Amino acid sequence: MSVFRFSSAPIEARTLSAELADPACGGYAAFEGWVRDNNEGEHVRHLEYEAFEALAVREGERIVAEAIARFGVAHAVCVHRVGDLSVGELAVWVGVSAPHRDEAFRACRYIIDEVKHRVPIWKKEHYLSGDSGWVNCERCAAPAAQPAGAHAHNHHR
Amino acid sequence: MSAAGNVPPIFGLVLAGGRSTRMGRDKATLPYGDDTPQLERAVALLKRHVAQVFVSVRADQAADPLRARFAQIQDAHENIGPIAGLLAAQAQHPQVAWLVLACDLPLLDDGSLTHLVSKRDAARAATAYRSSHDGLPEPLCAIYEPRSNTALSAWVAAGKQCPRKFLSSADTALLDEPNPRALDNINTPTEYQAMTAAQSKHITVQYYALLREQAGRREEALTTTAPTPRELYAELAGRYPFSLAANLLRVAINNEFGDWSAPLKDGDAVVFMPPVAGG
Repeated sequence: MSVFRFSSAPIEARTLSAELADPACGGYAAFEGWVRDNNEGEHVRHLEYEAFEALAVREGERIVAEAIARFGVAHAVCVHRVGDLSVGELAVWVGVSAPHRDEAFRACRYIIDEVKHRVPIWKKEHYLSGDSGWVNCERCAAPAAQPAGAHAHNHHR
Repeated sequence: MSAAGNVPPIFGLVLAGGRSTRMGRDKATLPYGDDTPQLERAVALLKRHVAQVFVSVRADQAADPLRARFAQIQDAHENIGPIAGLLAAQAQHPQVAWLVLACDLPLLDDGSLTHLVSKRDAARAATAYRSSHDGLPEPLCAIYEPRSNTALSAWVAAGKQCPRKFLSSADTALLDEPNPRALDNINTPTEYQAMTAAQSKHITVQYYALLREQAGRREEALTTTAPTPRELYAELAGRYPFSLAANLLRVAINNEFGDWSAPLKDGDAVVFMPPVAGG
């Protein structure tokens, strides 16, 4: 199974951590990203994740391979949810096992940071107000057909 | 005698004074592969190789909006064909060499001009390519040295017009073409359609997130002449109410990160990726 994958069903952290078990490893670190009920002053009711999976899996696998090479950890896995998620649900899970704790912590941090910036995954927030918006896409959108500089702040859709 | 200090600079001349009789439409305005008129493409290509570029026009074309965007040299002779443009250019700037370019060469590439300029022999009357079709000089992608001025004036004064025959009669350095199709010219609607059909591609586009909502679809197959993802996105932005400017997006080709200026190929699958927000 790929070390980076998507799930449309709830993530089972306990099952995933078992994949990383290794008698040579004394350190295990995991990161869980949960759905929060607010963002930038808006009350979030639920979230929707969408991914360009063919490329996202490739890029995610590259990130995990980089973490293993860079920090010398033994195993690493990342699973990201797609579809509709409620507040409190587990959206992303990263687990790393290593001979010692320091490299496990650092590799775990590296993976989640890189995933957030590099992997084609999009998040749509649905607010209590009834509004919704794609995170990082709505607030600084300039109409594509207009020259750069024509800057429309299009919060309401 | 050292020639290095005496080699005349090269000016560029794009011939846009034709009547496009066989095409039935002004060849200077025809786009190939994107919305750029061929005249603009030819001027941009030439600019990289010469000190200054002029567009050769007839007096009655001077105010044409496309031609008016460029520095012009007007023909002083009528009905003698493309040689009128070169004659007028040589009269206006007699001390420079002229790299003359027809404006109906959509396949002309930068490498062919680089080769022509680097193999230029300023001690001869002209430097030109030998046609890959008939072995004769190609007069409309050639460098004419100032030493050809007198002979050219005499040639026209004697009632002769054919620039190819002029180069054959003159002391012309002939080069083999590095790209044998570079000088294929397009004169008729049939040739134009064949050329643009060869440049049109079947592309699949997938849409995600905000772009999916704005396009109202997840995927589509389309036929386009867009040469790169940049022109393809502009084309789609004209069709759908996309709110994201291209500089906010990344592009993927065949499920791998791609370049906005990479040539699109038939069968490519393209994804324009809005700013990501995983985690």
